[in-house]
Amino acid sequence: MEEKKRPLLEIRDLSVSFSMYSHGLEQRDLQVISDLHLKVFPGEIVAVAGSSGSGKSLLASAILGILPENAQVQGEMYYEGEKLDHDRQERLRGTEIALVPQSVAYLDPLMKVGRQADGHRKPRPIAKRKNLFRRLGLPDRTERLYPFQLSGGMARRVLVSTALITDAKLIIADEPTPGMSLKEALAALRMFREMADTGKAVILITHDIDLAFEFADRIAVFYAGTTVETAPASDFKAGPDALRHPYSKALWSALPQNGFHLIEGVQPYAGNLPKGCLFAPRCPYCTEKCKETLPPVREVRGGEVRCWREA
Amino acid sequence: MKGTLGRFVRVLAGYGIKMLSLLLAVTILSFALVCASPVDPVQQYILGLGTAVSPEQRVEIEDYWGGDKPPVQRYLGWLSEVLRGNLGESSIYRRPVADVIAQRFLNSLALMLCAWALAGLIGFTLGCVMGTYRDRWPDRILKKLCYVLSAVPTFWVGLVFLLFFSVWLGWFPVGFSSPIGVLSEDVSLWQRLHHLILPALTLGMMSFPNIALHTRQKLIDVLNSEYVLFARARGEGKWTVLRRHGLRGTLLPAMTLQFASFAELFGGSVLAENVFSYPGLGSAASAAGLNGDVPLLLGVTLFSALFVCVGNLIANLLYRVVDPQIREGDKE
Amino acid sequence: MKRLNYRTKAVILAAALIVILVFLYALGSLIPESAVAGSFLEAGQPPSRKHLFGTDSLGRDLFLRTLKGMSLSLTVGFSASMISAVIAVVVGVIAATGSKRADAVINWVIDLVMSVPHTILVILISFAMGRGLKGLLIGIAATHWCSLARLIRGEVLQLRSQQYAAVSRKLGKSSGWILIHHLLPHLLPQFLIGLILMLLHAILHEAAISFLGFGLPPEQSAIGIILSESMRYLSAGMWWSAMLPGLSLVLIVLLVDRLGERLRTVLDPYSAQE
Repeated sequence: MEEKKRPLLEIRDLSVSFSMYSHGLEQRDLQVISDLHLKVFPGEIVAVAGSSGSGKSLLASAILGILPENAQVQGEMYYEGEKLDHDRQERLRGTEIALVPQSVAYLDPLMKVGRQADGHRKPRPIAKRKNLFRRLGLPDRTERLYPFQLSGGMARRVLVSTALITDAKLIIADEPTPGMSLKEALAALRMFREMADTGKAVILITHDIDLAFEFADRIAVFYAGTTVETAPASDFKAGPDALRHPYSKALWSALPQNGFHLIEGVQPYAGNLPKGCLFAPRCPYCTEKCKETLPPVREVRGGEVRCWREA
Repeated sequence: MKGTLGRFVRVLAGYGIKMLSLLLAVTILSFALVCASPVDPVQQYILGLGTAVSPEQRVEIEDYWGGDKPPVQRYLGWLSEVLRGNLGESSIYRRPVADVIAQRFLNSLALMLCAWALAGLIGFTLGCVMGTYRDRWPDRILKKLCYVLSAVPTFWVGLVFLLFFSVWLGWFPVGFSSPIGVLSEDVSLWQRLHHLILPALTLGMMSFPNIALHTRQKLIDVLNSEYVLFARARGEGKWTVLRRHGLRGTLLPAMTLQFASFAELFGGSVLAENVFSYPGLGSAASAAGLNGDVPLLLGVTLFSALFVCVGNLIANLLYRVVDPQIREGDKE
Repeated sequence: MKRLNYRTKAVILAAALIVILVFLYALGSLIPESAVAGSFLEAGQPPSRKHLFGTDSLGRDLFLRTLKGMSLSLTVGFSASMISAVIAVVVGVIAATGSKRADAVINWVIDLVMSVPHTILVILISFAMGRGLKGLLIGIAATHWCSLARLIRGEVLQLRSQQYAAVSRKLGKSSGWILIHHLLPHLLPQFLIGLILMLLHAILHEAAISFLGFGLPPEQSAIGIILSESMRYLSAGMWWSAMLPGLSLVLIVLLVDRLGERLRTVLDPYSAQE
């Protein structure tokens, strides 16, 4: 990361909101992602870490351009330096950008696993897939099974294979570890590490911060629909003093091995976001300025942060 | 594979037993109803003959119906005759009921098959269109159409078709499945089809809204599923999604529903056949009821129950084929 | 506010539909038989200002006959579906609250009723009753209760498993008390919606069975009978005798269908929103 490379994917000020019709014609917007910044470089794993229900999975859909129809997207995304618009998203998904979904529910329950891993493109990459299955340690009969017949570990590997079969340069893994034993989770994350080591860029969307430390190169802390801080994973190992944002520090202290210190309050609801910094209502260092205006993204000690204290 | 086959046989056997119990109950029910009726089958038959009945004939018929014996014995006697294949003799057609049913069922089968395929095809296609364009204008219009059509009585649709296509446009004959005065062997396939089209259209009109609305819901469920989201994330376009996942998830359930609706199909055919004077089982059933032809009425009732049961059996088996989770069990 | 308006609107519409249906019923039953006696001088006339729907082959005014027929359809349909709905509730509640065996027997009986096409079964019942209104009523009532019975069974089973019923039982309330305070308020909407749905089917069935010639005697003014008669004169060009009474029947059925939909909005807002 030391050498200044061009980011494979850069997201600037991404906002996603849904217009909901609540009772009749009353319309309201729910902003689920607000002014999000993220850069991903080839060969690295960036973990987007935040607590459950903070809209992380929608980030993946936004990058791929598969948000529901009632979603509005603002902001800019660049892939290999070029603007990633809707047409380009359509061309790139499944070829350059691949998603590894959460669970076996993302596989068609009525289609055999082999066919699903092959994908819809013709000609079917059968030989390549057989090879891939073998490399991932899946027995030959796997291709004839239906998704419900897969064990947890097998399912994980089949899902990973759908991304590897594409030669994609950017892989987005959406919550790959929940419901797994530590051993399984480590094995799954090792697969992503291997991908990154071959030069692919991996976005690891997870709420398992602990595991993210171990495998990610950088960690983007996600709070209420935005990334409050992006920092090298080593900073998180070093402790709160190396971190930049009060929420990151709070997150660190909330980990069991660091004393389980929870901060008060809850994340703001998407329909009721504060005006300034999204963390202001819970921040111990909150000032009037924080309440009024959103802090800009700044580079601080090799990381990026949105906080007036670091200004 | 052996386990799958074994399970299949077990299911088949289980349903077979239930089917037999239901059919047996249908014989009891229908015999009881006929006994309760003021029509005396013996009397009706002799009346129908008009001319003098020989004492032998009379004894034979009275024997068949059990004469003055108590109802249970009469039922058992009748049942044993039925099981031996003797359904009695129809008083309106002057032929064994089994023959009448066999011949007319072929006509009805042609009609129902056409209507069934038509309804399935139209219903499934419209259902797919509605599901794809959910809540946009094609969906709204078609949904309204389906609701209105299911409020329209079958026989009236038949009357309107008859008025429009036969009386005004003169494209189709007003009735009868083969032209009058032509031997049935000489009737060409085209002539047969000519007489089949309107009744089949009528019957098909009645049953497609159901299948369309069902398919719409199924398709919407599929399109909202996580696996379709993932398929889109992998670059599948709208049509690829529809072909790869939509059809897979909707076609077999639609067929299952189609087989499970044999009862409605048969009931509808009674009306369609009456409007178009189509010589099938349905028109025989109402004729039998109106003219007190007890053996024919019983025969058609039993046969219709058998028909419905077979449909349900196919639907049940299909249902197992559809879902790999039921088909293969979770033995892995 | 909006929600209230939405429901209030549905209540008003439902009430309006009920008023229209009652009005149609009253109108039909107020017409004396003598008004539809007809005269041969006026046989087979197309619609005119004097005879809105024209006249039939016996010179009877088809508009008046259709009105009487609609009234009859509503009477037969309503009585039959009322009987059917009561059967459904009794059977459904017994299946859900009785022993396992009772449940199995009821399920089997429902399968039995479902295994004979309803048209055939009604023909058979009407044959057994010696035709006439009684056979028609019993036939329709006996064939329509199955799906509502299944629905009510499911509803009761679900309610029984819910917390508040269990709490009431713990508090020592008798099953009768639970039935009245928890079950009935939940079952009433299902009952009413099911009743209207059945009314719709019963009207269609009544017309179909009368059309086939079972049920009412031919001089009666039932829409099925009018349509059955019209069939004989179709080739003579008497289109009005088939089209207009038939459209009126469709209108009645659609009115009932709308009423069912509105009632669902009022009573069961969750399922009404698809």
